[in-house]
Amino acid sequence: MTHAVSADRVDALWSAVVAGDEYAAAGIVFAALDGGIPAEDVLLDVVAPVQAKVGLEWAANRISVAQEHAATAINDRVIAAMAHHPVARVEPRLGRVIVACIDGEWHALPARLLAEVLRLRGWRVDFLGAKVPVQHLISHLHLTGPDAVALSSSIATRLPTAHATITACQAAGVPVLAGGAAFGVDGRYARLLGANAWSPDARGAADLLADGLPQLTAEAHQPIDDLPHLADQEYTMVARTARSLVKQTMADLAERLPVMREYTSQQLDRTGEDIAHIVDFLATALYTDSLELFTGFLRWTSEILAARGVSGRFLLPTLDVLAVQLKDFTRASRFIKEACDDLGRALDEA
Amino acid sequence: MSTSEEQSVRLAEAEYGSVIRAAPSPVVVVGSDGTLVELNDAADLVFPTARPGLPLADAVPSWLARAHRESSGQPVRGLIAGRAFQAHATRLGDAVAWWLIDETEEQRTKQLLEVERERTAFLAHASTLLLSSMNLGRCMEITAQLASEYLADAAVVILPPVVNKLTMVWRARGGQAVREVLAADPATVPGLDIALRGFPPVPSRWIDPASVADWIIPDGLGPVGSVAVVPLPGQGVPAGALVLLRTSSRAVFTENEEVFARLFAARAGAAMAAARLYAEQANITEILMRDLIPPQLRHVDGIEFAGGYQPSGVAERVGGDFYDLHPAGQAGRETFIVLGDVCGKGLEAAAMTGKIRNTLHALLPLATNHLRVLTMLNSALLSSHHTRFATLVFASAVRDGANVRLRLTNAGHLPPLIVRKDGTVEEAQTQGSLVGVLPTVHASTAVVHLEPGESCVLYTDGITEARGGPLGDTYFGEQRLKDVLAECAGIPSEAIVERVQMLAEQWIGDNHHDDIAVVAITAPRHREDR
Repeated sequence: MTHAVSADRVDALWSAVVAGDEYAAAGIVFAALDGGIPAEDVLLDVVAPVQAKVGLEWAANRISVAQEHAATAINDRVIAAMAHHPVARVEPRLGRVIVACIDGEWHALPARLLAEVLRLRGWRVDFLGAKVPVQHLISHLHLTGPDAVALSSSIATRLPTAHATITACQAAGVPVLAGGAAFGVDGRYARLLGANAWSPDARGAADLLADGLPQLTAEAHQPIDDLPHLADQEYTMVARTARSLVKQTMADLAERLPVMREYTSQQLDRTGEDIAHIVDFLATALYTDSLELFTGFLRWTSEILAARGVSGRFLLPTLDVLAVQLKDFTRASRFIKEACDDLGRALDEA
Repeated sequence: MSTSEEQSVRLAEAEYGSVIRAAPSPVVVVGSDGTLVELNDAADLVFPTARPGLPLADAVPSWLARAHRESSGQPVRGLIAGRAFQAHATRLGDAVAWWLIDETEEQRTKQLLEVERERTAFLAHASTLLLSSMNLGRCMEITAQLASEYLADAAVVILPPVVNKLTMVWRARGGQAVREVLAADPATVPGLDIALRGFPPVPSRWIDPASVADWIIPDGLGPVGSVAVVPLPGQGVPAGALVLLRTSSRAVFTENEEVFARLFAARAGAAMAAARLYAEQANITEILMRDLIPPQLRHVDGIEFAGGYQPSGVAERVGGDFYDLHPAGQAGRETFIVLGDVCGKGLEAAAMTGKIRNTLHALLPLATNHLRVLTMLNSALLSSHHTRFATLVFASAVRDGANVRLRLTNAGHLPPLIVRKDGTVEEAQTQGSLVGVLPTVHASTAVVHLEPGESCVLYTDGITEARGGPLGDTYFGEQRLKDVLAECAGIPSEAIVERVQMLAEQWIGDNHHDDIAVVAITAPRHREDR
């Protein structure tokens, strides 16, 4: 498939998806399959880019969250329809792989694409879907005894849960392949959390599985074994008191910024959500001991706010009042200070 | 040498002489010319040919003679007549006394201790690996792997036969485990049929390797020198048998090794039995649960139905909220959908939802009259031993040109919400009493028309009463739900359900929550042109 043909199809599918026209969307995909384009290429070079565009368009405030959900639902139906096309029917001849999203992870489409690609390559695939509780995943592993688990997570704040899930799968004797934006563009968090393999995309993941994941023979290990810095308890304290931190930050902010006293309840909700996000990311940064995870989130947030006509400068006083509450926490204080400096530089450059 | 010095040496020699003779362990004294000067009674026993005056090299083993020549001062070790000795040298004037300590027993004990240590470590390792999985196939593989690495050159794990079929895992040392189901007769391997029935094994020295059937031997293992068959004891019932194979170059199994193999088999058998039990239980639960789990909703006659369900318990899959769909048999007929909430949560409430769903299924032929269905459901619930009650919403949906016509009946439940194209959110005008408490029920039915892209949303109080938010203690409430739905105008039913569920879950955060169920019914936005 030439790139131009692929780009045309991506544009056509995008138009159908934002229009919410699933029949047109399915038509484009079926035409591609009938035209002899391999099903894997249709999934990864047409459907996947459209889904990626959904996220970008939302970030740029060109589509609403509801439209984002709608587009995703249409894409999902398109993938389901594709599975019924004769070329997409493949008898399993390889082993068994479980594909699941980390608990709390709602973005199931990347995992769904991987599940379909693996199925096309001849694996027997159990797709467990979005937000799979660890207990369900583990009992499924015990029942089916798969060759590997592929775990997907797109939100960095799920990393502590991802870690617990990876450890649990390995304790059940099954190697773990991690994927998704949460694990970092270079897979650093997958390595940090002890995943057996990481892949940036579905093709890479399928290739890795074809080569065989390392067999687990090592003794089960505990999360603390991977992350000795957790011994300072800062993550635990921040995560456990997150709600009261948010509450106090809201109160302190209202004292500093008189304009907040005139906020509508909806505006207060939004502000509370933003602060809760900051606290969640700070906790995750403490968990992974990654300053970059925190600074990266704040830069991204300020860009998202900018696209919605809100200045990212609002984040600075929030970080300030948060720093006051966490002054006794060495690592947290350092993270907040460095993130403030970094955000200040980014705002000056913009 | 002065007289006094000579005196003291002689005195010392005399004292040493008596000490040496009285020593319980062998002592030989070697003069400066390399001949034996003296040896005690114990040494006589050890070196029967040694006599004073003989050169040392003619009287003792070469290792001791060499140690004397080299005179390093360090203790040395060696064998004398098959026993292990340690020899220490001390100077006696010009002479040297060699003190011999028999350490045969000590070395044997050390060796035994070393073997025991290795075995304990192996058993601990085996237990860890075996306990990690509750999957029978994997337990069999781990058993075969451990046995072929530590106990034999190859191992075969066999489950008790099921209708003359044997499920087995083979593994040769360093190889891959191979799983297979084979129609083979256990009687063709001596001792195997007995072991599979859980009886004590035949000692391996009684098994003639030549009499063992070929099917048990892994491909490429080569000629078999010895065979041991060990039962894998389960919890009260046999879990299977382990066959250990050694190639001819290796020694046969000692009694001690067979005892150890049984210790290992006890752990492997327990793990396999637990895995089998787990699979059986999970299978039963799965079958019983199948009818309690809310169904996957689908599109019927172009009308979009989507549902989402989140039980309150993290580990639970069912609870007191439910929904169900009965598709129209043919075009022009109504599709019946129900969403409800039984008082209580967990498995007991779920069993009640199952009863309601079954009852409603039976009452479907009456569904043209919602109130009649409600009345009969109410009497069915009153006559049962349950003390629970339920609130419900019925919806009957049918295509009406480009639109969808809905009949909605609310029995004590939260009002269905209608999402119009322009983002207006209306409550359906239907009210009624809950079921399962009062002898009679009453309810009014509302008729609602959905234009293309418009939706009707049914939900349980798990959403509106979800406590959380950024501050952790605020109810989600009906107004927030309406605000969310207003943004969902014109989007597919799956997207509405996902959006509502996701926001509710984010709102809840780490808080505890009740069961949550959402159903969206959406009129098709585009004409089906295929």
